[in-house]
Amino acid sequence: MVALAAATALLAGCSSSDGKSGGNPLTDSKASGDTVVVGSNNFPESTLLADIYGEALKAKGIKVSYKPNIGSRETTYGLIKNGSIKVLPEYNGALLAYLDPKAKPTTAEATTTAIEAKLDSKLTLLKPAAAESKDSVTLNAATAKKYHLTDKSTIADLKGIAKDLVMGASPEFQTRQQGLVGLKSVYGLEFKSFKALDAGGPLTQAALKKNAVQAADIFTTDSTISKEKFVVLQDPKNLFGFENVQPLVRKGVLSQKGVDALDAVSAKLDTATLLDLDTQVQVQGKDPLDVAKAWLQSAGIA
Amino acid sequence: MNGFFDLPSDLQHSYLGLVGLHAREGLLPVLVALLVALPVAQLCVRFRWVYPPVLGVTTVLYSIPSLAFFVVLIDYFGQSETTVMIPLAVYSLVVLVPGIVDGVRSVPQETLAAAQAMGFGPVRRYLQVQLPIAAPAIIAGLRVAVVSSLSLVSVGMLIGNQGALGNMLNDATTYHRPALAVNSVLTTALLGILADALLVLVRRLLTPWMPRKGATR
Amino acid sequence: MNVLNFAHAFFSDSAHWHGYDGIPTRLAEHVRYSLEALLFAALIGLPVGLVTGHYGRGGNALALIATAGRALPSFGLLVLMFIWIGFGLLPVMIPLVVLAVPPILVTTYEAVRSVDPSPVDAARGMGMPEARVLFQVELPVALPLILSGLRTAAIQIVSTATIAAYVSLGGLGRYIIDGLYQRNYEKVVGGATLVAGLALTTLVVFWAASRITVSPGVRRSS
Repeated sequence: MVALAAATALLAGCSSSDGKSGGNPLTDSKASGDTVVVGSNNFPESTLLADIYGEALKAKGIKVSYKPNIGSRETTYGLIKNGSIKVLPEYNGALLAYLDPKAKPTTAEATTTAIEAKLDSKLTLLKPAAAESKDSVTLNAATAKKYHLTDKSTIADLKGIAKDLVMGASPEFQTRQQGLVGLKSVYGLEFKSFKALDAGGPLTQAALKKNAVQAADIFTTDSTISKEKFVVLQDPKNLFGFENVQPLVRKGVLSQKGVDALDAVSAKLDTATLLDLDTQVQVQGKDPLDVAKAWLQSAGIA
Repeated sequence: MNGFFDLPSDLQHSYLGLVGLHAREGLLPVLVALLVALPVAQLCVRFRWVYPPVLGVTTVLYSIPSLAFFVVLIDYFGQSETTVMIPLAVYSLVVLVPGIVDGVRSVPQETLAAAQAMGFGPVRRYLQVQLPIAAPAIIAGLRVAVVSSLSLVSVGMLIGNQGALGNMLNDATTYHRPALAVNSVLTTALLGILADALLVLVRRLLTPWMPRKGATR
Repeated sequence: MNVLNFAHAFFSDSAHWHGYDGIPTRLAEHVRYSLEALLFAALIGLPVGLVTGHYGRGGNALALIATAGRALPSFGLLVLMFIWIGFGLLPVMIPLVVLAVPPILVTTYEAVRSVDPSPVDAARGMGMPEARVLFQVELPVALPLILSGLRTAAIQIVSTATIAAYVSLGGLGRYIIDGLYQRNYEKVVGGATLVAGLALTTLVVFWAASRITVSPGVRRSS
């Protein structure tokens, strides 16, 4: 058994020096030491943001390779910590909630400071973008109507109702502070049950639409919210806090040129822009890499 | 754009690139398993008491679902092809060993005695008598192993896009392009059927004395 | 061995023993999916295998169907069916049945076809109608092999039913998928242990079933 594992590993090692690192055959073939590996989590917005970061770096002559759709933050944080990936699009509030579930920052800057205090010493955050994409508790139209809730209602209004609702979100939502844990400790809510879906992706959208779940975690930049008349509940206690898009990078990997490139991206990226780019990818079916390139050009970054 | 064979950029491969990757991720483990299975099976034939425990251990390993196997290995080999290939090699081993043992055991005692009488040493006897006679059984095992291995590669998608053609499944849902899923399923199946047909051909070449009728297995 | 520690931690956590995500619920769901899939697969595989085996025809066609069935990737089929059909049990049942039919079909065919022809001819000579030849002569002799085909199918179903969790259903795969995304190895190892245990239980059940149903005469000769 051990011998078998070793033999497989050996064979894999000598045969897969190229494909394994996920090198894009069109742009770069070898992942050499100075190649910046940009990773992304397993939802389309993350892949899009990774493409934007990567292409912005490429425009400055930096070698880039991508490792898209890796998994949840629980996995990707581990990978950037051990150096398998070097740059990762993050959301400041969610990252902080992962690192320190008890933190309650009141500004975006305080969020960054609080993260830096808890962040692994080999990692650092660059400047945040104005663009925010939050997790949320979102109801489908029928449920909102049934309980007379509108987009002015808050998560707290679910008190007494939640016990009749099935909540749907990614599997990791179950154990996260910005998830069932926080909904219970901050808002005192306990749902009838929980249905594990995906990170605000097609599974979650479909489940909410078909009423397989009555409440779900949908990203606030998701265009299905307006299309399906979903109702996003207000979050007065800031459980889902600030969620600015912010690059998480390994220290010493990016030159000043690279840092400037990503800062330029963050300076131009606001919520309306992100919503528009997401729509192009998820509704109009455009390729994220093309969308990233086109936006960088129109923004004058590349 | 978005034709049947146009893949989203985040797959990082052309269609043919993914096919190649899939073939490698699926076939390499079977090859490794065969190389390990031959001596293990010989051991089981030689020392009968080895066989039941080997069978027991492999049965238990076989009952571990592939996804769980992948996830546990992430800790040791990262989210890599190796992590996908090790379980596939283990499953292939489980399929191959009993087939080879039965095949080698089916060689009649008289045949072995005849070989010995002709002055064959144990190595020559193994290579030139036992192995060829066991070839149909070995290839029957290989057919099952190869086809199921190729089919299981797709599950690797769940551990950070290591599923080759399976990676198209994620994008099929994310980008609302069902054609990608159809493509993934059909191509994977075709790859399996092709590999299977190839093995049938190999068996016919290796065992010209066998009747030509397609064996059902 | 940290795998053992994970398993121990998982099973000793009392929170894992009750509620909609508790072990009894998930186990029951898994058993239900598996039994339903096996039932459907047997309803397709057994009659077709028995009839084709009885007449000894269609072996090549069956081999082709079986190869095609095996080559279809279960996980891919699951995602595709989910895209086409949407939520529910059906998208899970289809890949599981496709997975399970080939072993049942092929072994049943082989089992019936390879029954010693002399008792069959004797039965025909006594004027037995074909249906009785099949059910009273061929079936009892072929039963051990047929059961082994069902067993292979059942084991594969139990192990593969874990993928149901990917399309938001329950079952023991829930622990494995959730554990993957929550980076909680306790859950993954615990789930895998339960699935492996269920698979081994299946083996025992089939062993017992063959002790009970296979006629002693057949058992002695095989």
